[in-house]
Amino acid sequence: MQRYDYPAIGETLYCDTLRSGLRLQVVTKPCYARSHAMLAVNYGGADRRFLLKGKRRDTPMGVAHYLEHKMFAMPEGDAMFTMAASGAQPNAFTSAWMTAYYFDTTEEFETNLRTLLRFVSTPYFPEESVEKERGIIGQEIAMTEDDPDFVSYTELLRSLYAHHPLRDPVVGTAESIQAITPKVLELCHKVFYHPSNLALTVVGDVEPEQVMFTASEILRPSPDPAPVRDYGEAEAPEPQRRRFTRAMEVSAPQFLLGVRLPDPGTGPERLRRRLLGDLTLSCLYRQSTPFFTRLYGEGLLNTDFFTEIDTGRGTATLLAGGESREPERVFDRFLELAERVASEGLDEAVFARKKKAFYGKSVRGLAAFGGLCENLAEAAFGGYRFLDAFAVLESLRAEDVQDYVRQALRREGFAMSVIRPLREKEAESHA
Amino acid sequence: MRLRRRELFPGVFLSTIESNKFKSDCLSLNLLAPLERETISKNALLPRVLARGTMFHPDMDSLNAAMEELYGAQILPIVRKKGEMLALGFYAGFLSGSYVPDKSPLLERVCALLGELLLSPATRGGLLLRDYVDSEKEKLIDDIRAKLNDKRSYAPARAVELMCAYEPYGCDDMGDEAGAEAVGYVDLTRHYRDLLQSCPIELFYCGSARTEKVAQALHDALITLPRGRLNEDLGTDVRMNALEDRPREFHERLDVGQGKLCLGFRLGQCMEDPDLPAILVFNTLYGGSVNSRLFRSVREERSLCYYIDSVCDRMKGVMLVSSGVDFADFQAAKAEILAQLDSLARGEITDEELRSAKNTVVSALRGVMDSPAALENYYLFQTLCGLAYGPEEDAALSDEVTREDVQAIAQSVELDAVYYLEADEEAEEEGEATDDAAL
Repeated sequence: MQRYDYPAIGETLYCDTLRSGLRLQVVTKPCYARSHAMLAVNYGGADRRFLLKGKRRDTPMGVAHYLEHKMFAMPEGDAMFTMAASGAQPNAFTSAWMTAYYFDTTEEFETNLRTLLRFVSTPYFPEESVEKERGIIGQEIAMTEDDPDFVSYTELLRSLYAHHPLRDPVVGTAESIQAITPKVLELCHKVFYHPSNLALTVVGDVEPEQVMFTASEILRPSPDPAPVRDYGEAEAPEPQRRRFTRAMEVSAPQFLLGVRLPDPGTGPERLRRRLLGDLTLSCLYRQSTPFFTRLYGEGLLNTDFFTEIDTGRGTATLLAGGESREPERVFDRFLELAERVASEGLDEAVFARKKKAFYGKSVRGLAAFGGLCENLAEAAFGGYRFLDAFAVLESLRAEDVQDYVRQALRREGFAMSVIRPLREKEAESHA
Repeated sequence: MRLRRRELFPGVFLSTIESNKFKSDCLSLNLLAPLERETISKNALLPRVLARGTMFHPDMDSLNAAMEELYGAQILPIVRKKGEMLALGFYAGFLSGSYVPDKSPLLERVCALLGELLLSPATRGGLLLRDYVDSEKEKLIDDIRAKLNDKRSYAPARAVELMCAYEPYGCDDMGDEAGAEAVGYVDLTRHYRDLLQSCPIELFYCGSARTEKVAQALHDALITLPRGRLNEDLGTDVRMNALEDRPREFHERLDVGQGKLCLGFRLGQCMEDPDLPAILVFNTLYGGSVNSRLFRSVREERSLCYYIDSVCDRMKGVMLVSSGVDFADFQAAKAEILAQLDSLARGEITDEELRSAKNTVVSALRGVMDSPAALENYYLFQTLCGLAYGPEEDAALSDEVTREDVQAIAQSVELDAVYYLEADEEAEEEGEATDDAAL
């Protein structure tokens, strides 16, 4: 295994690619009782269409998420319960780009790691249990439909993307999941759960060599199906819809604005772009900026306001949302600031201070084992080393932020979703 | 990892844990006040108003700039309901000494800023700024209303409010809209001065600095703290039994597609002399983990709900089961939730499930020692309950819990209230009103 030391932040990273193709990354944390392990699949809700040995495949919405629900089932019982009984807290998530299975434990790390590797690599989809899951997932979908955040997010992506499968909810729809059969699950498991499409990341007081040994023992080399993913035709430069609004059971208008960003690429350039994007948000928009404090003081934003970048394969999306009585004014102010920074740049002293704060928060962020595992997995798939971020950060300058804003935050690229209260009158009586 | 405790000023206690393990230090300051309807709105508002500006950093921009210079230190206003007490103040997180690139003394500066936020707010004519108070009132009201947006947390909060309507415990830690509306800046200033005089204060630090250094920095930062007659009347009234002969039922209607079902219980006679580790194991076994009875039976086996969990407040002796259920399954789900409790009360507990629940509890307690924030919250609870032991001993005690202990708690628990969140059939059907012509 290769070892990389980062003395300034007190971390050591071990990485390797095993013979099976599995990418392994371990950050050791001496003296910690907890360990966190994540087995991530480079496959998510957006990977619906692909070419396999020259043949086009089009799978229903929601397969990656359905698989996530069914993977825990094993011939000898549910792996979720097996792990919980060994003191671990297991869980999983599916995003548009990744499916990840993980656990956090202070007991029996090795036993739990074995269970994790086994259940993710064992396709076991009995008809009856797949059928039963349909009810559970159907309820999950029903719940998302009551969730204003979910609605504004899905609809914003539909505004920004005309063709890309990011338009479709990761969980699928009540209708789409009807077409998900054990056969479909088997196919997608075979195609995407190959070890060469997986990353195992571990953070904790563990022996990296032992982790490697266990992983090599359970995940064996096999021929790689090597699917070619298809995300549809290229998107037009501008969003296909500027606004979406819906009335729901909310207390005050909720908004989510966003813009498609340029292709984030792969390798070290991807890391740099990710950091630059994140630093830009911290310099311009996050809660310690004058942008936020002004709007907060004027009663146009509250502390729910957030902004982030969702980086995928070949696409990235900037999102900013929260609650506001006047989403359109927030939208305008957001764009005015981008335009001002694009033309005037940032004050050097302010930039230096923001960078200092960004550094401190990022170092402190390393304490979140789950988040670190996820970042390591993203880095394994993206072709860079996550902990290099601190050195890259050092190299970023105020002009880089200006260039980024000029390129990426163009007015014509933005769209917004607004969820307004059903009972508009009541909500206004207070204002 | 040992907790040290000392009194810095009358009624002002500092607890510290020295550890080089973490990259982040944590420091919290908590004024302890009774949870009561008359003062909850002022208490909920006060830390928010103080965080708006100080005499030396008069607005959010200057406060933010100061914290950015401290490598992005965060000092956040925080209000926590602990039984029928309220802990209000600030929670600070900042980079630990050995990771500070320019070696500046962050600890001393964060302590100074914390003291400034508490003791030297921005004022005019000796009064808190009306502007800040009004603006924070508005935000607080928005936040109270916004609870509605997440039905999964709204439903159990509402269930507690209704179930404990005649006890201080029924107060939400944000209070209610009318209460917030009624707070004036003059009144809030007076209340603020009273609190400084009368509240016991709990300070907590976890990080790499020595206790002596932390005590000195906090002593310097709080030297002007006025101390008067301390409020010694803090505590939680435990109601052992259900309020009425039959469980009360509450129905609420909102425009939702999925129902929420919450069951509120009193832990009952076992609260006479509560065995806290046993209650923890009982709750984990009943509904507090993926291996719990409720998760396995109501969700996995019978597919009656999408999610289900139970939480216990061990100070107040209240347990709440909350779940997301199809409207048609309300009664079946309720019956199954109660049937599982009866089964535990009959002692039908396998070795395996007891082992699993204990493992979960032990693992969670050991995990507490890996996080400064978790330690802070853990020890605040211990202190308020007057308990002297730490997570390690707690884990050992939990590991000794027996089937009979769990059974005894299940027998003692009593259903007090059932809350249904149902569909509002009268809400108008709204289609997908999209508006393409906005530009």
